[in-house]
Order: sequence, then structure tokens, then C-alpha cells
Amino acid sequence: MKVLTAAHVKEIQSIVVTGRVLTDECDRFSYSFDGSFGTFLPDIVIQTKSVAEMAALVKFANREKIPVYPRGQSTCLSGGPLPVKGGMVFDLSVMNDVLEIHEEDLVAVVSPGVLTAAIHKAAEQRGLMYPPDPSSSHVSTIGGNLAENSGGPRGLKYGVTKDYVIGLEVITPEGEIIRTGGSTVKNVTGYDLTKLIVGSEGTLGIITKAVLRLIPKPQQTATMMAIFDSLIDAGSAISKILSSGLFPAKMELMDQASMQAVEQYEPLGLPIDAAALILIEMDGHPLALQEEVQQAAALCRAVGAREVRIARDKQEEAELWKARKLVSPAIVRIRPTKISEDATVPRSKIPQMCERLQKIREIYGVHLVVFGHAGDGNLHPNIICDKSDPDEMRRVEQAVAEIFKAAIELGGTLSGEHGIGTMKAPFMEMELGAAGLDMMRRIKEAWDPNQIMNPGKIFPEPGQKLELS
Amino acid sequence: MEQSTKQLGKELQYNKTNNCVQCGYCLPVCPTYTTFGVETHSPRGRINLVKMVGEGRITDLSILEEPFDLCLGCRACETACPTRVEYGSILEATRAALVKRKRFSAPVRLLRKSMLKKVFPSRKLMNVTGNSMWLYEKSGLQKALRASKITKQLPFHLGAFESIMPPSVSPMERARALVEQKAKTEKRFTVAFFTGCIMDAMFHRINQLSIRLLAEAGCDVVVVPKQTCCGALHAHAGEMEEARGLAKRNIEAFEKIAADFIVNNAGGCGAMLSEYGHLLAHDEEWKERAEAFSAKSRDISQILVQCRLPSLSPRGNEKVTYQPSCHMTNVQKVTKEPVELLKRVPGIEFVAMEQEQMCCGSAGIYNIVHYDASMQILDEKMKHAKKTDATILITTNPGCLLQMKLGIEREGLSESVRALHLIEYLADAAGIL
Repeated sequence: MKVLTAAHVKEIQSIVVTGRVLTDECDRFSYSFDGSFGTFLPDIVIQTKSVAEMAALVKFANREKIPVYPRGQSTCLSGGPLPVKGGMVFDLSVMNDVLEIHEEDLVAVVSPGVLTAAIHKAAEQRGLMYPPDPSSSHVSTIGGNLAENSGGPRGLKYGVTKDYVIGLEVITPEGEIIRTGGSTVKNVTGYDLTKLIVGSEGTLGIITKAVLRLIPKPQQTATMMAIFDSLIDAGSAISKILSSGLFPAKMELMDQASMQAVEQYEPLGLPIDAAALILIEMDGHPLALQEEVQQAAALCRAVGAREVRIARDKQEEAELWKARKLVSPAIVRIRPTKISEDATVPRSKIPQMCERLQKIREIYGVHLVVFGHAGDGNLHPNIICDKSDPDEMRRVEQAVAEIFKAAIELGGTLSGEHGIGTMKAPFMEMELGAAGLDMMRRIKEAWDPNQIMNPGKIFPEPGQKLELS
Repeated sequence: MEQSTKQLGKELQYNKTNNCVQCGYCLPVCPTYTTFGVETHSPRGRINLVKMVGEGRITDLSILEEPFDLCLGCRACETACPTRVEYGSILEATRAALVKRKRFSAPVRLLRKSMLKKVFPSRKLMNVTGNSMWLYEKSGLQKALRASKITKQLPFHLGAFESIMPPSVSPMERARALVEQKAKTEKRFTVAFFTGCIMDAMFHRINQLSIRLLAEAGCDVVVVPKQTCCGALHAHAGEMEEARGLAKRNIEAFEKIAADFIVNNAGGCGAMLSEYGHLLAHDEEWKERAEAFSAKSRDISQILVQCRLPSLSPRGNEKVTYQPSCHMTNVQKVTKEPVELLKRVPGIEFVAMEQEQMCCGSAGIYNIVHYDASMQILDEKMKHAKKTDATILITTNPGCLLQMKLGIEREGLSESVRALHLIEYLADAAGIL
């Protein structure tokens, strides 16, 4: 469905003086997808570095009630950038030219199209660190990370994107350019709009600049792998370590199914007869690290680890992490369609969550693989299926709904780091309750009275259900 | 043409697109995406277009034309892809489907027909090409035309390439052809030398040097007489039947020789030779023979690196950089050997180029048919080349070599920087003239 008229296109072209306006079929198709599900054609794609032009476009869109969708490089796993109601896509990946590191203030100032990995690199060159590390950081833009409040393995120790944002420049849905927060860590002037915008999935405005907090880079890292014959033991090892005074930077879990998938994809010599393995990375001062690694290894053995491997150098570290890195690509080799969830539970509930997932796999007969950031309770139950099989997809729909239910019943949440987007919207009320969801809706209405900014995300349409088939 | 979605999907290898999870890991390594800056010119975007055809959302195939035409076919996306999508196969199949349905403009049709179907596969015609280039230079015609600036008005920007053509060899020298050589030192291997069509017509001298260098390094070198063009340019242009025909002729010719390896010195040809097995996978009669051929195919650097090179004279503090051939990196997966060989030359300072894995924009005949796009990509490449401060730019493929020469000329660096094939550089250091 096209929502734009020829007159609209003409007006858009007159506003965009410095950038590009794409309307060809091949371009519309190329901005119709992300890393999740579904194809939705935008009417027009706009690329401009000019904040003034973009603000003028939003004003125009607000006047004409045309939907607007901010988009980075579309690696999103929840449908955030999908133009589900047609309209205009803003390709913000072209805004990639501001990347300043202010060493004395320990902040970085960035434009939204800068790659997350470029910020990592620039900070590290000055002995600093920008901790959030989504696994797509070499492709994902910081703008997308901010919109979705991305996490990553280091979330365990260092938190997620929102913990490192102190200031934003935003185009509101009414086309005004506002600034939130600033360049100081301490700032209590008024409502914290910065934190409201971060993670709002592009529904409250377009982020055009951000001030990020940096920290000194830890001097050294150490990695170990512990192998368990029971998933419960692996779970207890995680809670034992975290309650012992140690504070690892990352703690990742792989179940038997994910180890088997990796071995089939690329043999690394993983113990496929074992029930689970955990990967632990510690960071800090070299002397402290030596002791802490031994302590963590002893704790793992005490709860029943059958083997603990400690990397002796950077190369061995990389080899141990390779197994975890290969899980995602390995599992899609089994079946073509991957439904990637990120339901998160309090870390003490990991063993129970694993049991619930096991049951869901059996009841619905789905190929379910569990891996993820176990240290912070952010598991990635992935269902591997074939979208051309409607019967299977109906079972997958039921299984996904059960996963969400399990997570919420255990005191957790629908999404730890991927965002709600389109697919999880029907489950919002289950987690937030009617009043809680209504408060969010009222905030959205106050910001965006004409509902033009990234419509169709977060909030369910009346009667909306999860549909994969 | 009315065709069911299912048939179209099969023709375009829709089934292979399902491995793409749209993670976007291919974006930062794709030269056309990073240069043109639109998803339409990314591997993920192109794969999605094929998906849309397979799912019946696109029925007008002309929507795919520009994105697929402008793909360089460098296949860097395959190296970056975590789920191992066979992009090369999808690209080939889609191009073949587009070619089948398209009416090309008259000059393009002529170029495709004459060059792809007649000239490249014919040794005789390629010799004529080589000889006319020689005549063109020696007769003074080149000088006269250059002075008259007529070359600037050649179609397809051929004028731009005219000035960077290598000095040709004389018909007499060419007639001496490439002759077999016995190992000059303790014998390591028997190798059958693949001459290539463009390589042989335009860079005949590099072929001669290759054979001599192999012999000096301990190889018996056999030159199989009935060999022909590898078919890479045909496959890239979607002319699959032509490509298969050429592959069969080569397989037949080389089967007659009991060599340890089939050695080539052109990254693009080598990639094609290493994929004959894939090219003929659905041909029961030829499948195994093709696989056996591909298993023996090697780049010359892979052989030389295992041999004792003749003593190399030291170079006076020369800064050297290397522009890898995409097809050598992404298809043949040969990356370390050329650098290792360069580092054996005493006295050189090797400087790796940033973003070296990015295509230079040569890509077969891409720089001729998509001149402007190619030059944008080349300009990016030259920024990185200049940053190395190197005076020697090494390549391992004739297309890359010409493109690098063009880049040097465009940057006005002809006085200070030279582009050379790895073999030219090694042979010079070894005193082979």
C-alpha cells in the first residue's frame, strides 16, 4: 500500500537538497527487511546527513500523517526498522562522520551512523573502553544500538547501552530538534529523557547525535572453559562464582544441542557428550587476574565440572571463544529459519528456565537450542524451523508464547536486549499489565500525537497475535 | 514469458538464499555497498531480491538488473558470511537468467558476442589481438593516435585503458610460444602450465617468466597445447553454457598430461579452474573429471613457496605493497603465499595495505562496461595504496594489474610508483630477464 502521492514525493525532493531520495523498486525492496521476520516495502528511502533537512521532513510527515522509520544497518532481530505501514525510511547509516573522543571528559560524541566497532577501536586507541558489545558490533550502527538499548556479553559486569549514554540530540515526532542530558555523568535536571529515548525503538524520535560515557580499559583479560555433565551443575557454577565476590566480564552458556551443532558445522573438539559448558572471561590487573582465575576454576570443580580449560595466551583465548561465536551460524545450517529469542530471567532462575525450555521442546516437538549470556540471565532460546512448513510454524508460535510465559512467571522479561518490535508486541500486557502498558501508550501519544514515528512497534494492535506462518 | 514462481525460483537458486539470515556481516566488506552506500548494492540486498522472486513478490526480473550488473563478483561476502551462503552460485544463476531474457544494446551485444564467444576462447585470435597490439605500438600509430586524442573518444572508455597497456611482445617472440622447460635444479614437481587467454595475449612476457621461474625453482614445466580460455569471464557474464564448454575442453587437454599440479598465474582464472567441479556438478559424465582437474589446480605462488627459489639479489630499501586478487582470496583462499614470497626478497620493506581485501574495481570486464562505478571503487583503493607510501604495487591477476596501472596514472604517480605482477618482481630479483 502506497501512502505517498506524487505531490508528496515532489515536496520531499524539494526538502532533501544535500542527500539522496530513492524510489526505484529495487531500492524499496532493499529497505524492506531486517535481521528478523517479514518484508514491508517503504514508499521512499531518504539518505541525508543534514539534521535540518531531516527535521523538515519529519515536520512534513507529521503534517501529512506519513509514517517515518529510522534505520541503521538493519541488523535488528526484532523488526525495529521494518516499515510495516509504508511511508518513509530514513537510512541513518550515512550519518557516519562524527566520532570524537574527549579524553579529559571520558566521553565520546558520535553521529548515529557510526559503527559500534569503530567506537570500540577509537576508544581503545586512547586506553579507554566503550563496554557495550553486541555481537554484531562490526556491522551495527550506534544509532540502532541506542534505539534498541543493545546489550552483549559484557553486560554482565558493565551493563548495557543505556548505562553509557549521557546526552542525546533528537528530532521529535513533531519535527523539533531537542537536546537531552549533557556531557556530565551527574545530571538531575528534570526528567531523564535520555534514558526514555534509549530503548524506545525509534518510536519517540530520531537520534541524530549521542554523548557516550567511556571508562578506562582493563589492563588484561583471561578466559576459561568449564565442562559439565549436568545443566543444573553449570547453572550452580554460575551462581557460585557470582556470589563468591568474583566479578567476571562475561559468562556464556552453551547446551548440548548447541555444542553438537557447532561440531557439525566446524569440528573444534568440543565435548559433545557433555550436557553444557560455560565460558568465563575475567578482566583487570594482571596480578589480581591470576588469582581470580584459579579461584573461579576451583569453584567450578567444586560444583562438579568434569574439566576446566584455562587459556594460556591470546590465541588460546580466541580458540575458546570461537565455539560460542559459531553457535548462531551453526544452528541455521540445521533448518533454514531461525527464531531468535532473548527472554531473560533473574540469574538464580537459570536452571529452572533451562528445565522449562526442555519441556517446551518436548511438548511442541520443536528444535530448540539454548545458549547465551548466562551470567546475566539473558538466555537465547533459538527455535530452528522451516518457514515453508505451516504446520511446524504453528507449533513454533505456541512454543514461543510458552517461552515468554515461562520467563515472566520466573520473574524475568520478554526481551533482554533484542527489543520488542513487531513479534513480541502481543505479549506486552502479559509482562506489564494493562495499566503499565497504558502508561507507556500515553507517553507515546504525548510525544507523537499523529502516530507517525515508527508505527506498529512495541504496542500491539487490537487483537494482534504472534504470526509466523 | 509466463513462468511459475517455483520454476523461476529454481532457475535463480532461491533455495540457496534461505541460508541468508540477513545479519548484514557482508555489508562492511562489500566494495559496492561501501562505495555506493545503498543496501540495493549489497550482497544481502541482492540475495533478498532473489528471495522476493522465489516468493513471488517480484515478477518483473528487470528490477534485479542494475543491482546484479553492478556486482563486482569479488565474493568477499562469502568470506565474511557466517552461514556460508553460496553467493557466487546465486549470482551466476541470476545473471544467467537475466541474460536469457535481456536484449542488450547493440555495442554491448557486439562486445559480448565477439569477445566472449569468439576471441577469448581462440588461441589464434588472441595471438592476433596480441600481435595487433604490438603493431599498434611499433607502427607509430599509438603515438599518432595519442597525440590526436582520438583514444579519448573510444567507446567504453577504452581510451583510458589504452595508455596503460603493457608493452607487447613481437610476433616473432610470440611465435616462439611457451615451450616446455626441464627443472634447472633438483626436481620437486611436474607442473602443467595454464596460460590463460588475456594473460597470454597481453602479458605474454609474464607467462614466459613464470615458466622460467618455475623451472629455476625445480619444476618440470609442461605447456599443454590444446588448452583454452578458463571461461571465468563467461560465467561472470551469465553465459554458463559457454563456460561449461570451455571447461570441458581444458579438462580434456590437461587429462593427457601426468602432472602433479595445474599451475596458473592469474587469480581470476585460478578461481574458475578451482571451481570446475562446481561448474559441472550436474553433468554426470564430467563431474568426476572436473573435480579431479580442480583438485590439481594451484596458483603459482602456492608452488613457488614450496620450492627453493634461485638466489634473489637484494633490493635497495624498496617499499612494496600487495593488492590481493579477490578471487585468489575469496575463492582459492590463497592469501599468505604471495606475501611470504615477497618477504624472501632481501632488502624490501613490505607494507600491508589497509582494506587490502577490498576489490580494486577491475573485476573481469567490469571496468570496461561499468567504467564510472569502477573508477569510484578504484579511487577508494588508491587512497589506501597511497597511504602505504610504497613504490611497488604487486598484484597476482592481469585484471588487477591493469587496474592498478590505471589507478597509478589517474593519481599522477606514474613517475614514482609501478604496478607489477608478483612474477615480474620475483623474476627480476632472480635475474631472469
